[in-house]
Amino acid sequence: MSGKEYRTITDVKGPLVFLNKTEPVSYNEIVQLRLSDGSIKNGQVLDTSDDQVIVQVFEGTASVDRQTGVKFLGDVFKLPVSKGLIGRILDGAGRPRDGGPEIVADDMADIIGAAINPYSRQSPESFIQTGISAIDACTSLVRGQKLPIFSASGLPHNDIALQIARQAKLVGSDDDFVVVFCAMGITAEEYNFFVHDLERTGALENAALFVNLADDPAVERLITPRLALTAAEYLAFEHDYHVLVIYTDMTNYCESLRQIGAAREEVPGRRGYPGYMYTDLAMLYERAGLVKGKKGSITQFPILTMPGDDITHPIPDLSGYITEGQIVISRELHQKGIYPPINVLPSLSRLMNAGIGPGKTREDHKSVSDQLYAAYAQGKELRGLVAIVGEDALNERDLQLLKFADIFEDRFLRQSRDEDRSIDEGTLDLAWNLLSNIDTKYLVRLDQKWIDKYHPGEKKGEEE
Amino acid sequence: MEIDSKIMEVKKMSTENGVIYRISGPVVTATGIAPRMYEVVRVGNEGLMGEVIELHGEQSVIQVYEETSGIEPGEPVIRTGQTLSVQLGPGLLTQIYDGIQRPLPKLEETMGVFITRGVDADGLDLTKEWEFVPTVKVGDELSAGHVIGTVQETETIEHRVMVPPGKEGVVKTIESGSFNITQTVCKLEDGSEIAMMQEWPVRHPRPFVQKYAPDVPLMTGQRILDFLFPLAKGGTAGIPGPFGSGKTVTQQQLAKWSDAQIVVYIGCGERGNEMTEVLDEFPHLIDPNTNKPLMNRTVMIANTSNMPVAAREASVYTGVTIAEYFRDMGYNVALMADSTSRWAEAMREISSRLEEMPGEEGYPAYLSSRLAEFYERAGRVETLSGEDGSVSVIGAVSPPGGDISEPVSQGTLRIVKVFWGLDAGLARQRHFPAINWLSSYSLYPQALDQWYRDNIASDFPEVRTEISTLLQIESELQEIVQLVGSDALPIDQQLTLEVARMIREFFLQQNAFHDVDTYSDLKLQYDMAKAILNFQEEGKKAIAGGAQLEDVVNVPARTDLMRGRFEEGYDGRIEGLVAEMSKQIAASMEEN
Ligand SMILES: Nc1ncnc2c1ncn2[C@@H]1O[C@H](COP(=O)(O)OP(=O)(O)O)[C@@H](O)[C@H]1O
Ligand SMILES: [Mg+2]
Repeated sequence: MSGKEYRTITDVKGPLVFLNKTEPVSYNEIVQLRLSDGSIKNGQVLDTSDDQVIVQVFEGTASVDRQTGVKFLGDVFKLPVSKGLIGRILDGAGRPRDGGPEIVADDMADIIGAAINPYSRQSPESFIQTGISAIDACTSLVRGQKLPIFSASGLPHNDIALQIARQAKLVGSDDDFVVVFCAMGITAEEYNFFVHDLERTGALENAALFVNLADDPAVERLITPRLALTAAEYLAFEHDYHVLVIYTDMTNYCESLRQIGAAREEVPGRRGYPGYMYTDLAMLYERAGLVKGKKGSITQFPILTMPGDDITHPIPDLSGYITEGQIVISRELHQKGIYPPINVLPSLSRLMNAGIGPGKTREDHKSVSDQLYAAYAQGKELRGLVAIVGEDALNERDLQLLKFADIFEDRFLRQSRDEDRSIDEGTLDLAWNLLSNIDTKYLVRLDQKWIDKYHPGEKKGEEE
Repeated sequence: MEIDSKIMEVKKMSTENGVIYRISGPVVTATGIAPRMYEVVRVGNEGLMGEVIELHGEQSVIQVYEETSGIEPGEPVIRTGQTLSVQLGPGLLTQIYDGIQRPLPKLEETMGVFITRGVDADGLDLTKEWEFVPTVKVGDELSAGHVIGTVQETETIEHRVMVPPGKEGVVKTIESGSFNITQTVCKLEDGSEIAMMQEWPVRHPRPFVQKYAPDVPLMTGQRILDFLFPLAKGGTAGIPGPFGSGKTVTQQQLAKWSDAQIVVYIGCGERGNEMTEVLDEFPHLIDPNTNKPLMNRTVMIANTSNMPVAAREASVYTGVTIAEYFRDMGYNVALMADSTSRWAEAMREISSRLEEMPGEEGYPAYLSSRLAEFYERAGRVETLSGEDGSVSVIGAVSPPGGDISEPVSQGTLRIVKVFWGLDAGLARQRHFPAINWLSSYSLYPQALDQWYRDNIASDFPEVRTEISTLLQIESELQEIVQLVGSDALPIDQQLTLEVARMIREFFLQQNAFHDVDTYSDLKLQYDMAKAILNFQEEGKKAIAGGAQLEDVVNVPARTDLMRGRFEEGYDGRIEGLVAEMSKQIAASMEEN
């Protein structure tokens, strides 16, 4: 069956090709199109019946005509996988882009990926120290988590992602991460920034890159993250690697998804995005975690840029509903000159509770984190009030909180791009130091026993 | 009853074979068969399970419960004659299922850690033997729902084996001893046989005699829920909220601490790790009502976001049918569905593949009636055997962008009697549970007040009203504070603000992850509320007597009272702490 080439295209619409009079073609089967100039395009079956087959063409349908030959390859999309993926740069469809040889496959893996049985998962609970105080203290990352960066154009999300990739480590363990990097429609400049940094730190040799740039086919982007995750799963669950998957920019991925939906004239969900976008994104994001009986893990760092800085836009919204928290980058902080401009208030790590505390980070971590949030949130809110009524109308408590908000941004959030703070002295002790600017009686989130032990002014036995 | 005989009739029909005509995602169209609506069919060479959801001329449209990649037109489609049903009997408890009642541990055994396809698994272990203790004797006249015997299913739960709906008659033989669930344990005079297992089509509510108005609270140990916005046993509640606001944590808190006898927890289109968390945690958590692990009373359905959407659509029905089955034994059952929005989205996805005329935001026009039908399966009932049983349903709703004007939220709010509105702003301040006390409501207090007076305190409803009034006043005062600052308010109003702050920080906030704070029984909740009113009372007196507000607010004993709730044995100490606070506040007046 795979030998036959059909010239029965009836319609071409956007990235879709419709043909009829084929022999049975299977759902999701891969397709090759041969154009009259001999060039080849690739695609995948989206809908199949006795009468009609709909194919989405990854490279777009430019120059496709009724004479274009269509060949069904009799299989679903598979990626050749082997340990040889490490150190390689592939294009958005999985072909070498680094001039190197084809990947010698140990196995061919279906890129759609099967769902992990929820019963077979293992709870992620190993704290990853990123060396960034805002993340380590307030939205702690654990191995096997999927924690996206919600950013917007012009903000330093790439620097943050790279700083995490450079500094991420398990305290007290020398297990290293392998990075799988997946670019979807980013500019060559952004891509070079990533590659140079990975090169500079030697991480490139320990990374597999899947690259679809802004001028590469848009529909191919629907495949690229699936390739990257398939590689990640293979490395994690067949070869025990701890894999850190960074993919950027999810927004471009979603745009491609919308394009397909529109071409199929589907009834759109919110703001023109397909109604199944939640499920589609889940099939990427849920490919993170740990499973019973396997040593490796997949930790995901998807980066997305929020259109119009709007966190309620369907792309960040649906992502936030699936991922295990989010790190939100703030334009306001960025404009104040603070790096990393992480707004901790809307940021969240859902797996934090499992990863912190005695034996993992420190016994007072949860308490400190809650107190930082509460104090900063109240201080920030008071800024609005002060703008109207002035500082005179504030009572003592409010004044202290107001001041704390500034200190927090300036001394806790702010750090340099190569500053790698340890969780205890670097981050938590710093937090205590800053919190001691507020009277203890207003620090209602702190357990008394931690105040006695860690508060610089109240430590028991250190008075006088 | 009528339903059951229909199933039997369909079952007897011979199977016919058809072929696949079209495949579009989870929706497959077949020709050459004439199945009934909602009949289960086997699709393709691998025999994937599917359900007929539309008949269209020669074509039967099928939603397939497994991945359809690689399937092609021309592959066979085979009728089974059955409708989508669950197996009901001993072995449900502690189990974790996918949306169509396949036990996930079984799937792991056969497929490994990734769910591939084409594997069937019975919902219940058909070979395991259970100790059956009869409760009827030869000659007894039985009707549907009558309990014929019991099985100790878990340490805490006695499984009551019932005459399935549709059957009745006089006992001819009754067994006692070890049997598997398909063996006959009872024969009736008319020759019909009863085993411990029965089956029930998930899309049909199980029968009962009548519904009662709920008048007993479902106690959850969550202060803001029990005290301000209570749910009744047999009632319905909706929890809408944006991502990260606390829907799942609230649902899990209810699964852990509510005083239901059976809990059915449905993870519908949500995260895999959240189900793992429950599986890890529940066997180690002790039910405060039975002192035994919580897992003993729990059934889980996990059809996560990346599992097939058709099975996600079915998961809600699978769960509620299991809940009704335990209700029929006379138990109080609590069912949590996290999230009903994902269920609605599964309907939308399938509906759009069917090219149905869409309603609002692309959802099918029947969305609100499906929601209503689902919540209607909640209720406190007189069971067929005359017992009192209930199913309480708590549905999480995930409105896009947190905006509840969307169809799923609106459809839900029209039906449910309790609205726990989660608030992104509160979550950002880490005020948890982030339930907005101004917009949330419960329509049950009136029906429950007598119970509170009889069982907790005669002035319980009045105390609740005082607390909620204070919160109301605070929100009005806050508007003024936003304009002039709090120092500009008269001192009594400043005190009111401090009292309200105490309500929020000491009473409403409750840390689900703190070993002690995670649960407060209703009596303690009442005591804590009284402590706050006591602070208000004493504070007023002291200020009238010339004390400074700062001094009143900052008496050390008040901090002790507030921080004390994190320590074991608080219920025993609270009275003393309140007395000490009163003393210190009174003293603050004398200082001046
Ligand atoms: N009652 C609570 N106590 C402490 N933390 C909570 C509570 N409710 C929610 N949280 C915090 O909020 C986070 C998000 O809650 P979750 O229930 O997962 O949100 P949702 O299901 O609405 O997306 C949790 O990971 C936890 O950190
Ligand atoms: Mg949730």
